[in-house]
Amino acid sequence: MSVAGASAERPLLAVRNLTKLFGTFAACNGIDLDIQPGEIHALLGENGAGKSTLVKMLFGVLAPTSGQISWRGEAVSIASPSAARKLGIGMVFQHFSLFEALTVAENIALSLDGTIPLARVAERAAELSRAYGLPLDPKAHVADLSVGERQRIEIVRALLQNPQLIILDEPTSVLTPQEADRLFETLFKLRAEGRSVLYISHRLEEVQRICDRATVLRHGKVTGACDPKKETAASLARMMVGADVPHVSAAGTSTKGDVLLEARHLDMPARTPFAVSLKDVSLKVHAGEVLAIAGVAGNGQSELFDALSGEYTVADQNAVLIRQRPVGQQGITARRLLGAGFVPEERHGHAAVTGMSLSDNLVLARNQSDRKAFLGGGVLGIIKYVAVRLASRRISEAMDVRKSGDDPTAGSLSGGNLQKYIVGRELDRQPAVLIVNQPTWGVDAGAASRIRQALVDLAKSGSAVLVISQDLDEIFEVATEVAVISEGRLSDIYPASALSREKIGLLMGGLQGQPEALTEAAHAH
Amino acid sequence: MRIELEKRPQASVFYAVLSPFIALVLTVIAGGIMFWLLGKDPVSALYSFFVEPLLDVWSLHEIAIKAAPLILIGVGLSICYRSNNWNIGAEGQFIMGAIAGSIVPVVFHEWHSPLVLPLMLIFGMIGGALYAAIPAFLKANLNTNEILSSLMLVYVAQFFLDWIVRGPWRSPEGYNFPVTRNFAPEAILPEILDSGRTNLGFVFAIVAAVLIWFMMRYTLKGFEITVLGQSERAGRFAGFSSRRMIWFSMLLSGALAGLAGISEVSGNINKLQPIISPGYGFTAIIVAFLGRLNPLGIIAAGLFLALTYVGGEAVQLTLTVSDKVTRVFQGLLLFFVLSCDTLILYKIRLVFPGRTAAVAQDGLQGGAE
Repeated sequence: MSVAGASAERPLLAVRNLTKLFGTFAACNGIDLDIQPGEIHALLGENGAGKSTLVKMLFGVLAPTSGQISWRGEAVSIASPSAARKLGIGMVFQHFSLFEALTVAENIALSLDGTIPLARVAERAAELSRAYGLPLDPKAHVADLSVGERQRIEIVRALLQNPQLIILDEPTSVLTPQEADRLFETLFKLRAEGRSVLYISHRLEEVQRICDRATVLRHGKVTGACDPKKETAASLARMMVGADVPHVSAAGTSTKGDVLLEARHLDMPARTPFAVSLKDVSLKVHAGEVLAIAGVAGNGQSELFDALSGEYTVADQNAVLIRQRPVGQQGITARRLLGAGFVPEERHGHAAVTGMSLSDNLVLARNQSDRKAFLGGGVLGIIKYVAVRLASRRISEAMDVRKSGDDPTAGSLSGGNLQKYIVGRELDRQPAVLIVNQPTWGVDAGAASRIRQALVDLAKSGSAVLVISQDLDEIFEVATEVAVISEGRLSDIYPASALSREKIGLLMGGLQGQPEALTEAAHAH
Repeated sequence: MRIELEKRPQASVFYAVLSPFIALVLTVIAGGIMFWLLGKDPVSALYSFFVEPLLDVWSLHEIAIKAAPLILIGVGLSICYRSNNWNIGAEGQFIMGAIAGSIVPVVFHEWHSPLVLPLMLIFGMIGGALYAAIPAFLKANLNTNEILSSLMLVYVAQFFLDWIVRGPWRSPEGYNFPVTRNFAPEAILPEILDSGRTNLGFVFAIVAAVLIWFMMRYTLKGFEITVLGQSERAGRFAGFSSRRMIWFSMLLSGALAGLAGISEVSGNINKLQPIISPGYGFTAIIVAFLGRLNPLGIIAAGLFLALTYVGGEAVQLTLTVSDKVTRVFQGLLLFFVLSCDTLILYKIRLVFPGRTAAVAQDGLQGGAE
């Protein structure tokens, strides 16, 4: 509850005891939240803490099961997003809803009243983007824009409604550090005008830097309300996770072994109009190394994974080498037989079939590499379920996979536990080469640190590990070497210790081709 | 009052088993209403439709004869459907199998040898498989929708059969009727029981169903089929090829439909004529779904659908209703099976707006977004 002095400063938005049930599961459980005018308020929490459910209720996407929302002191029921906009609440979602084939102005006009002429919309959008430092060309086609620019469209679209409260859902997860800095300046401008911002994030550093107050959620409940500037990153993390997160001990500088994974001038044309083509990608991973590939989402990471895993082969047999054998034209099975293991980004429907049991999902990845152990009956290929179940149990124990029952369906596990299983499934083979795409995407902090430690340990034991990640914290935790992918091109490989976040940020922006900019950045440190 | 569907966190095994039985009950009720509207006594009509055929040895044999092609085709289709290949053209593959298998007894009718029958069966399978290879090729290489291509090829096959029995293969001893010459005795599938007409085709059906059940249940190939049907991407990750699966499933189901075709012609009709199937290839789609795409379930479903054919003939005679009654029953059944399958993934809730306002509102808005 606010102190007496705050009565003059009535909260813009007050939430009392807000609860949302899905069946018997409480996604939000008795949430209290006050947002004052002119503040940047952080909503912190792990994946699944209830942040998204809460803001969906504030924006009228979901209806609360019980509880009360007040706007400027009056109880309101927000029945739909348009009702929320009328009150003065704007929202920028994590996943944009933009039509790629239309221009910026057309996309903005779509969300407005149909009576306003397009030229007027374009003019107003240009004005706003100038005023708030969000450079944007109204006539540009969305398909040609970077993710950061697309986000600006969403922000301008929200600002056109002249909102008093702007909700941003994980806005920096898709931005380079430089783009994020620019976004923060815009947020400061909004605050200076007396508007409020609800800033959803799980990045502690950012929250400490820009937010005035923070509300922390865990398991659908408020676990803390504080001034983030007065807290340490560790104390915030404790509120978020509920316990201290174990530190990953880094791989350290082991002596370089043989090259186990190599790409030589790897080219791969884009398969679909919106995919990225790989251009002249060369890399080497030695035994004992963890090479991390940083980059903003959608710059060719999944294409690189496809080409290295052999899910999609390339014409040049010598473009990919596993344990020094050329395998460019060979499929994923041949590469597995050479000792490689793979963990794709998408758990559901790629790394695992959700409707199948964990043991079936073990057969999925290892049906040929463990043919002797898992299959019998010669050409009939009869699956030995007893052996498979035993191996599955071993993996679950090794990775501390929490599940209900001995062999539940993959879909019934939480994201973190399923990911631990999927990573464990490969580690159990002791692969000589492991290629992982976004190892801890959407995974809770405890499971993430477990997975990262496992990757580091695998490299220490003499394997070559390649990690594709968008999470710079993760990269600095696990990597011995770092490269950056941008628009399908890979930068040079740098030792992790020689790279700063700023330099990675420049590389993410595609500055590889401009050596002077890079040297400048390198000199700055 | 409003009916709401709520997604279950996990597919219900209980309803997966129960859904075909609920569908059967609803079909019988709807059928009873239909008889009542036609001015017949529903109870006695349903009795002579569903029960009487089971009380007579002759009609039990008829059921087995009609179940054989339904089961053979149905198990083949189950492989297609489980792997996400929608072969709707089994009727055409059935016909082309029958024609290919008839090459030996029609064209080489003077050749008498115990090899005639095995050769006919092999040719029948090859004919069905080759005909299914057309939509398979189109899908694998040109990304053509196999539902349309396989369905349209049914009509091509029907007209080809019509042409061949009126033209090149018309029997010189047939008094100008559009039929081929009668098959010689060694070209006819033997009967398996002394009590009636049931022939070896029924054995083929049961053996095929059991073999495919074994494949699906225990082997890596069955696993591959299931994985590719659920997620092509996961299948690719496992090293399986969805392109090869198009070929495998289409050729296998085509071969089984072709075997059904030649078995029907050889064992039951003993010659080719313009119409050789009362729509077995289409009815087998119902059989496959009613049997939960499980080969053992398909045996039961095939027997039941065969009963609707025999029962339909019975009520046609005793109650003088149209023979379309059979098709109506089959259509109702497929409709109810597919509708009841909703229960596997969803809970049905009745919402009374007056009493549970909050829940109702929630549902409305969830739907609006």
